Amino acid sequence: MMRFIRSAFVIGRRDFTATVLSKAFIFFLLGPLFPLLFGGIFAGIGTNVASQAKRPVVAVISPKAEFDQLQAARGRIAEAVGEEPLIDLVGYRPEADLGAQQKRLLATRQPPVRAVLSGGLNHPKLVGALAGDPGTESQLKLLIAEARAADSSNPPEFEVTNVAASTGTIVRDRALTAQIAQVTLFLLTLMLSTMVLSQLIEEKSNKVIEIIAAAIPIDAMFVGKLFAMLAASVVGLVVWISAGALFIQLIKTGGVATLPVPAVGWPVFLALGVIYFAMNYLLFGAAFLMIGAQASTAREVQTMSMPVTFGQVLIFGFASTVVGSMSSAKAIAASVFPLSSPMSMLARAAQDGAIWPHIVAIAWQTLWVALIVRLGAQLFRKTVLKSGPRRPWWKLSRA
Amino acid sequence: MLRKASSGLLAVEAVDLVKDFNETRAVDGVSLAVPTGSIFGLLGPNGAGKTTTLRMLLGIIDPSSGTRLVLGRDRPLDAAPEIGYLPEERGLYPAMQARDAIAFMGALRGLPIAEGRRRADALLDEHGLGEWKKKSIRSLSKGMAQLVQLLGTIIHKPRLLVLDEPFAGLDAINQGKLEELIRREARAGVTIIFSTHVIAHAERLCEEIAIIAKGKVVFDGRVDDARAKLRPIVRLRTRARDGEWRSAIPGNARREGDEYVFELPEGGPEPLLKALIDGGAGIETLAIERPGLHDAFVAIAGSAAARAMGQEKPQ
Repeated sequence: MMRFIRSAFVIGRRDFTATVLSKAFIFFLLGPLFPLLFGGIFAGIGTNVASQAKRPVVAVISPKAEFDQLQAARGRIAEAVGEEPLIDLVGYRPEADLGAQQKRLLATRQPPVRAVLSGGLNHPKLVGALAGDPGTESQLKLLIAEARAADSSNPPEFEVTNVAASTGTIVRDRALTAQIAQVTLFLLTLMLSTMVLSQLIEEKSNKVIEIIAAAIPIDAMFVGKLFAMLAASVVGLVVWISAGALFIQLIKTGGVATLPVPAVGWPVFLALGVIYFAMNYLLFGAAFLMIGAQASTAREVQTMSMPVTFGQVLIFGFASTVVGSMSSAKAIAASVFPLSSPMSMLARAAQDGAIWPHIVAIAWQTLWVALIVRLGAQLFRKTVLKSGPRRPWWKLSRA
Repeated sequence: MLRKASSGLLAVEAVDLVKDFNETRAVDGVSLAVPTGSIFGLLGPNGAGKTTTLRMLLGIIDPSSGTRLVLGRDRPLDAAPEIGYLPEERGLYPAMQARDAIAFMGALRGLPIAEGRRRADALLDEHGLGEWKKKSIRSLSKGMAQLVQLLGTIIHKPRLLVLDEPFAGLDAINQGKLEELIRREARAGVTIIFSTHVIAHAERLCEEIAIIAKGKVVFDGRVDDARAKLRPIVRLRTRARDGEWRSAIPGNARREGDEYVFELPEGGPEPLLKALIDGGAGIETLAIERPGLHDAFVAIAGSAAARAMGQEKPQ
């Protein structure tokens, strides 16, 4: 056993240093920045496009006083529901030829007018391309009614007492935490499984694998590789969590203390996050290594790993049923099924304070990790150094 | 414990090893006995089953049937710290420094990494690669990288060295250096098994050989015994063209220019010489040559195997 551990350590140390001390690791550490950056850019563009495309502009032909009344009414409604869903109003003085003015306004591109309102507050008439857009007409009715109401500008005063959180906000925030934690776990595992796979391909193409297989038990190599990547990713996690906390501390008033606290509390949640990440990674990493052992080229690996990646996405979807409905039969099944258990239990930790289910789940997952790693190592050993003609995959178990 | 052979202890003993890959039998009942401290050559053409046999002996793959005992252990990996292995396809991490690559190979065999680095520095200095110890493998020439891998094979001072086609890809100078290194290790008591398809290397280095053809051992024993399977060859040139002496020359003798070439008759050289002298043949030149290992190989493994072996000439 000591020799097994020592051998796994030799492989793990080599892989860990080769990974962490490589230039590529800097890109790995910067990895999370790219989705955030691109997300921000595309969200910005999307919002801009959406605001341009979705907020209709209505040209209002009326005296200034009436237009001001309408704008004031719009302002009051915007206070309650926000600017985003409301139509935009642009005022124009009435001209002698109303028909011609309406035509010209509907043809104008700056601003892109969807409809023209005339006749003032008492006899409103709406002309425009409104088929399929009942919202604009309804909003105008509401705005006109609001503008007509004399006492709307004096809303009733009442006392408001603000508390830090209510059941509604806690549930919402914790569900959000659960969702973010699950997505992070899923993406990280996907990324690392692919990395461990490419390391194996490197080993095969370098022919180092035969030297290793002649010197140590091949399962020790399997375990060493898995844990090296795990250790490298824990380094990444520590860097990302610290950088994230620092960033929040800098930009958010009150810093990390204002973040919604998961049900089990931050320290336990982070500890569980690392444990569940390790379990999830070991389960999927072992599967990917098994695949890597069958393939001899990077192209073969890509082809073979695609179904597993799809499977991973399905399992992620299954695990996400825990968010918001922890007690449903599907959510419990997702917590019990070994491959979805780590992701679903992490979401549970965000939403439910009970610790004992995690102790049970970790023991259960450990059992499955041991089984899958063992099976993976055996299959790996049987196939990784096989010479002679290739055997079809359905006969591998008899190799 | 090592098993005792008739001539001493055995470092490696394999009995009836068989390896099947699907429907293909790569190794078919190979039995070997490698005495401790010997240089043992595994000869055979490409695809004969040499590498598969070595991989089974080292425990890289398991045999389909048969047993093997390596340094007294039936699980070869248990003896791994005492074995050095140079595979046919050389493999090193390109980004690793030369000294780290050597130390890593030692660490795989149980040598502490710090001690490995210390020994690696000394070995690299000794072999003229002192300046390259901190250079990455990818910056070394192919010959240098092969030497680095060979040093990694002996860094942990193994008792058994297994070298699979060690001369492949080396130039004449490096082949000579490698031969010297093998002899030096053997003098230090290390058992060396190497496979080759170049007969000249086996002839120069080995005390014992096994010839493998199509997965079977067709000869296993001393090089002299292999040679002894053939009669010595006589090359004779006479001044006289014809005479009674011609009856002393075997009927299957062939002419090569002015020379008769034939196997030495069973009776030995004396009756032949007497008949030539008494018959007035006028011996101009007479040479009795011991058959080479190549001739023995042709006789044992067949000319097809020999042709396959001859595809790469020694330098």
